[in-house]
Amino acid sequence: MAILCDASTRLLVQGMGRMGRFHAGLSIEYGTRVVGGVAPGKGGQTIDGIPVFDTVERAVRETDANASVIFVPPPGAADAILEAADAGIGLAACITEGIPALDMLRAKKVLAGSSMRLIGPNCPGVVTPEQCRIGIMPAQITKPGPVGVVSRSGTLTYEAVDQLSRLGIGQSTCVGIGGDPIIGTTFTDALALFEADGATEAVVMIGEIGGSAEETAATFVQQKMSKPVVAFIAGQNAPPGKRMGHAGAIIAGGKGRASDKIAALEAAGVAVARSPAEIGETLRKRLAR
Amino acid sequence: MNVHEYQAKALLREFGVAVPEGRLAGTPGEAEEAARALDVPVVVVKAQVHAGGRGKGGGIKLAKSPSEAKKAASEILGMTLHTPQTPPEGKIVRKVYVEAGSDIARELYLAIVLDRAEESLAIIASTEGGMEIEEVAERTPEKILTVPVDPNLGFRPYQARRVGFGLGLDAEQVGRLEVFLEGLLRLFVERDASLVEINPLVVTGSGEILALDAKLNFDDNALYRHPQIAELHDPDEEDARELEAKRIDLAYVGLDGDIGCMVNGAGLAMATLDMIQVCGGSPANFLDAGGGADKDKVKEAFKIILRDPKVKAILVNIFGGIVRCDLIAEGVVAAAGELGVGVPLVVRLQGTNAAEGRKILAESGLDITPAETLGEAGEKAVAAAAG
Repeated sequence: MAILCDASTRLLVQGMGRMGRFHAGLSIEYGTRVVGGVAPGKGGQTIDGIPVFDTVERAVRETDANASVIFVPPPGAADAILEAADAGIGLAACITEGIPALDMLRAKKVLAGSSMRLIGPNCPGVVTPEQCRIGIMPAQITKPGPVGVVSRSGTLTYEAVDQLSRLGIGQSTCVGIGGDPIIGTTFTDALALFEADGATEAVVMIGEIGGSAEETAATFVQQKMSKPVVAFIAGQNAPPGKRMGHAGAIIAGGKGRASDKIAALEAAGVAVARSPAEIGETLRKRLAR
Repeated sequence: MNVHEYQAKALLREFGVAVPEGRLAGTPGEAEEAARALDVPVVVVKAQVHAGGRGKGGGIKLAKSPSEAKKAASEILGMTLHTPQTPPEGKIVRKVYVEAGSDIARELYLAIVLDRAEESLAIIASTEGGMEIEEVAERTPEKILTVPVDPNLGFRPYQARRVGFGLGLDAEQVGRLEVFLEGLLRLFVERDASLVEINPLVVTGSGEILALDAKLNFDDNALYRHPQIAELHDPDEEDARELEAKRIDLAYVGLDGDIGCMVNGAGLAMATLDMIQVCGGSPANFLDAGGGADKDKVKEAFKIILRDPKVKAILVNIFGGIVRCDLIAEGVVAAAGELGVGVPLVVRLQGTNAAEGRKILAESGLDITPAETLGEAGEKAVAAAAG
């Protein structure tokens, strides 16, 4: 078992541009069942061996796809998310960076009434080691095992996964939830999935400055989780008022500081690594306890 | 993106939100002329910089005649304004806004924000006008009124009634607030704002409702569909290096330390700063070279880092996912060779094509210190900067 995706996942690629094609190829190489692509006006063609459809609805009808990865550029990305939901897709990961916040706010309200789960946007996607790769993660650094990884960052996820793998600790599923202020699946959502997953024994959670999702997650851990959680919060010395790369990584109005997040997590019994080089080690020690 | 008060007020006017009459002036003579044209007993001369707390810093003055307005403007224009919100070096005032004085009966607070936690828009109102809202939230949270607004429905009149009666306005004033709020929300949604803050919102002696100050913030990600908003950008208000980085699509934030950083990915870039601090050093900058980092981008990134005279060592930390480490290595070699990087260089390459990248660095003949792990990279960079 794992969360979100596994060997049975049937994946669509929305947006068959340079990025979409490149990563579709890597996902197929990894063993993922990529069943179709969506590119308006190119329906009926086959690109890199992948059958292409004009709409998600048509692609789902023809291929029975149940997941989608979205590489559509920012102006059309929220529309692509809603199209996937409308077509009955169960899981969509939106990789696109730079979607207007209001577009996501509106889309998220609509998704509340749909059965689709959204990962991202502005995220690296999801990998269940040796089963399924959705998105852009370098899946070769993952290995199967008992630790769930959930993170707001892309490359810092790779860093954490790499540290775990080097210690011989494998992962159940690695989820990048994205660096935007409004995202589909939150830390709390992902933690709930890992708590319910039989293959997951512990969770590594990688947060960063901005917003209050880590504080909300801390409350969830304290009240609802039986499995150990280890965390790292990036941006411990970030200056207030400055956006640190991610649209959502900003300390504003005295809120979103790393120190507040660390305090909330520690109060909830989460072991927080102070050094980003010790994420894997902190987990190893927590499991040995 | 932030805009100036005079630009914000022009937008408010466009959306039917009541603001005092005012004119922009770049010289004392223009300020005198503006005061004469306004033809009111009192004008307010206000420094136009992107920072709050201008009054306390001497950036806002009252004038009772056109000649007084000229004198006030001559004192404010060219001054270096220091407020709690300006950078340590202060901000130079290049323009003033000359505005008709208002007969203030009450000062209130009104804002529209994107509420991340609730995943909604929200109207924030308070009777404590003129104060920092964070301070009010800290000391007297009961004085803050929050009314959610569904982004798919937009403004509904009951929201104005909740806010207006909550602030103690009378029925007639609530009617005026309804027009005011409807305009604010339409501006927020139609122009992709991320913050609209009216502080203070004033009720005048005759019961009018006016935006005495206005702060507007726009979503950078939506500027592509609002060229008229993008045009309001004032490069004088931004750090020159941050501006240069933005031009070539790099995220850069200048910091106080002496270790220059080049990293791919925002999270790893923040973690690299944390790593340096854990090792006892101090980073000179945040720099996310992004997913599309290649040889040219690496070179440009080096140029920006080296513009900072404080930099005593540079740490390159790349975890290749989409980014290929061999391309990064080629960029580092090209930059070090062509730009003549005069400071020690520590490079850590991991992930996609890392082995090829390390080989390129080793064979370049350049004095580059390789590092295997994040911890090792941090230690070596701190040691290199300490000399």
